[in-house]
Amino acid sequence: MKFTRRDFLITAIKGALVTTLPMGAVRLLSPSEVRASIKETNVRWGFLIDTRKCVGCGFCVKACKNENEIPYDVPVTRTWVERYIVLKDGEQLIDSPMGARDGFTGQRVRERDVDPKDIAKAFFVPKLCNQCEKPPCVQVCPVGATYQTPDGVILVDRSWCIGCGYCIMACPYGVRFFHPVHRVADKCTFCYHRIHKGMNPACVDACPFGARRLGNLKDPNDFVTKTILSKRVGVLKDEYGTKPMAYYIGLDENVR
Amino acid sequence: MTPEMVHGAEWTVKELFTYPNEYIYWTIQIVMYPFLTGLVAGAFVLSSLYHVFGQEDLKDMAKFALVFSFALLLVAPMPLLFHLQQPQRNFEVMLTPHFTSAIAAFGIVFSIYAAIVATEIWFVFRKHFVEQAVALKNKEGIGNVVKMNIFRVLTLGAYDISEEALQKDEKAIKVLAGVGIPVACFLHGYAGFIFGSVKANALWMTPLMPVIFIMSAIVSGIALCLLTYIIIMEWKKFRIKTSRKPRGVTTEEVVGAELDLLKKTSKYLIGFMIAAITLEILDLVFRGYTAVKSWDILRTVIYGKDFTNIFFLQYVIGNLLPFTLLLIPGLTVKRKGIALVLVLFGVFMMRWNVVIGGQAFSLSFAGYMHYHMPIIPHNFETFREGLFGAIFMGVLPFVFFWGMNKFVPSLEYKKQKTELNAP
Repeated sequence: MKFTRRDFLITAIKGALVTTLPMGAVRLLSPSEVRASIKETNVRWGFLIDTRKCVGCGFCVKACKNENEIPYDVPVTRTWVERYIVLKDGEQLIDSPMGARDGFTGQRVRERDVDPKDIAKAFFVPKLCNQCEKPPCVQVCPVGATYQTPDGVILVDRSWCIGCGYCIMACPYGVRFFHPVHRVADKCTFCYHRIHKGMNPACVDACPFGARRLGNLKDPNDFVTKTILSKRVGVLKDEYGTKPMAYYIGLDENVR
Repeated sequence: MTPEMVHGAEWTVKELFTYPNEYIYWTIQIVMYPFLTGLVAGAFVLSSLYHVFGQEDLKDMAKFALVFSFALLLVAPMPLLFHLQQPQRNFEVMLTPHFTSAIAAFGIVFSIYAAIVATEIWFVFRKHFVEQAVALKNKEGIGNVVKMNIFRVLTLGAYDISEEALQKDEKAIKVLAGVGIPVACFLHGYAGFIFGSVKANALWMTPLMPVIFIMSAIVSGIALCLLTYIIIMEWKKFRIKTSRKPRGVTTEEVVGAELDLLKKTSKYLIGFMIAAITLEILDLVFRGYTAVKSWDILRTVIYGKDFTNIFFLQYVIGNLLPFTLLLIPGLTVKRKGIALVLVLFGVFMMRWNVVIGGQAFSLSFAGYMHYHMPIIPHNFETFREGLFGAIFMGVLPFVFFWGMNKFVPSLEYKKQKTELNAP
């Protein structure tokens, strides 16, 4: 069969169309667009809690409730402080009334007066969302209403959450709850609305003793990063494989 | 302004130390959900035993179990809907399924299974649809016209009921029943997976959970089918006895057929009961033997707080007692009926002990939570997450079944069967 010029032209045009038409779907991106689309950021938020500095005043809980509009008089809270008392006979007492919103002001632990002479050691442990690297709450959400931002914070889309409670069940730290007003899952966001403007989370600003610090774990010169790299720190419940990003100084084996 | 309530605070009582945000978030409706899907799967497996494996002794049961399974299927997702905080958003599970979540597959698995069961029912009753549509064609009266039209729609335009066509139907039924078994098991096994995969919950997390769920599902499905069958047959007997008009069959014939069928199905029930209980005990022994960190608190829940619920109500009343009742020679309908009620109760308690028992202890392993089920509702929330919400869910399948039976008569009394079995 003879391959004429006419045939060649037709084949060439067809070939060109076949290869270029799909290219229409491809778009050239600027470098910044590429970075945004692959969600590469130079920020990874982390938290550092120095339990040795915490006195259990509860200012952080108050500040959090006000800042994030969590109804003040309901017992659920995005952050809370636990009091641990280990008696000389080895008995362990833990409490956190109203999440320690009003601070620990007496020696009563759940209707029981504790004699200071019986106490072997006692300390406070502030808790908040660990913004896990591998968040089980995000994994189990059936509709994708909770998600991890590129800078590592787990957020909830209030307009999309169906309120099934699976994420609440999946969190080993008990940081999630149903918002009493919005009736959707709610949790600590490291005050995402503040930190992306360069401000501190409300609890960090409220803490009079500097027990709470927010930092960028991708910045080697950040105070939090430097501390985590150079000091002995611990995380909560690492056995669940969630890779929590809230680091603690002075953790005790009694801490739950 | 009235202070807002936290969801769960109305029925949760805390003891010792629990995290501030911990409440019993999954309540009676989440007990009803696996209970109902279990019944769906069990009823379907029972009907498939005849269609696929040719268990002739289950022939009368198969049709009924199939239709009943569909009635249950329609109710199965409703407890989930009742429990959602934002029920109006339920369709999002279909719109944006997030496939790393076990719940996300629900819509898909559920729809596939519903399609299989509906198609199988259509094939089983196609002949009936055609016959009815033809028979009602020239009858007068609004009722008959409406009925005729419904049957015409149900035929889907396929009027061929020749021997050849019906044989093809049989083949299709067999295939659908065969495909349906793994899908039914998947539907329910994955309800077990929803719990078994929650790593934060020490009681739930075990790979045995889906298998345990399937076994107890089949037990409960068979039990409910048999129980409903007994009740309907007793009702028929009662009608025959009390009616003045002759009904074509005698009480003795009905009793003969009933008892015969019940004896044959008992062995399936007992077999699956043994499988279920073996797995549950294996799980318990394994937990006690390995005694990982969580065992300290689990032990106090299993052998302490929930002892009555687990060992007395579930194992003794729900397993041991019916087991004995079924095995004592000289089975009567009444005894069998009692045993079946107990079996159903036992499976319900198993679901309860998993769902509520799994939330009976704090994630901190340092405290407990107790669920006080709301009995008398004082608002919508205490209705839907309380006793009456659960009863509502329990009654609904029977209402659906009653309605469906108007068009797919799954309880046709087979006379020739009795004659064969009559002594």
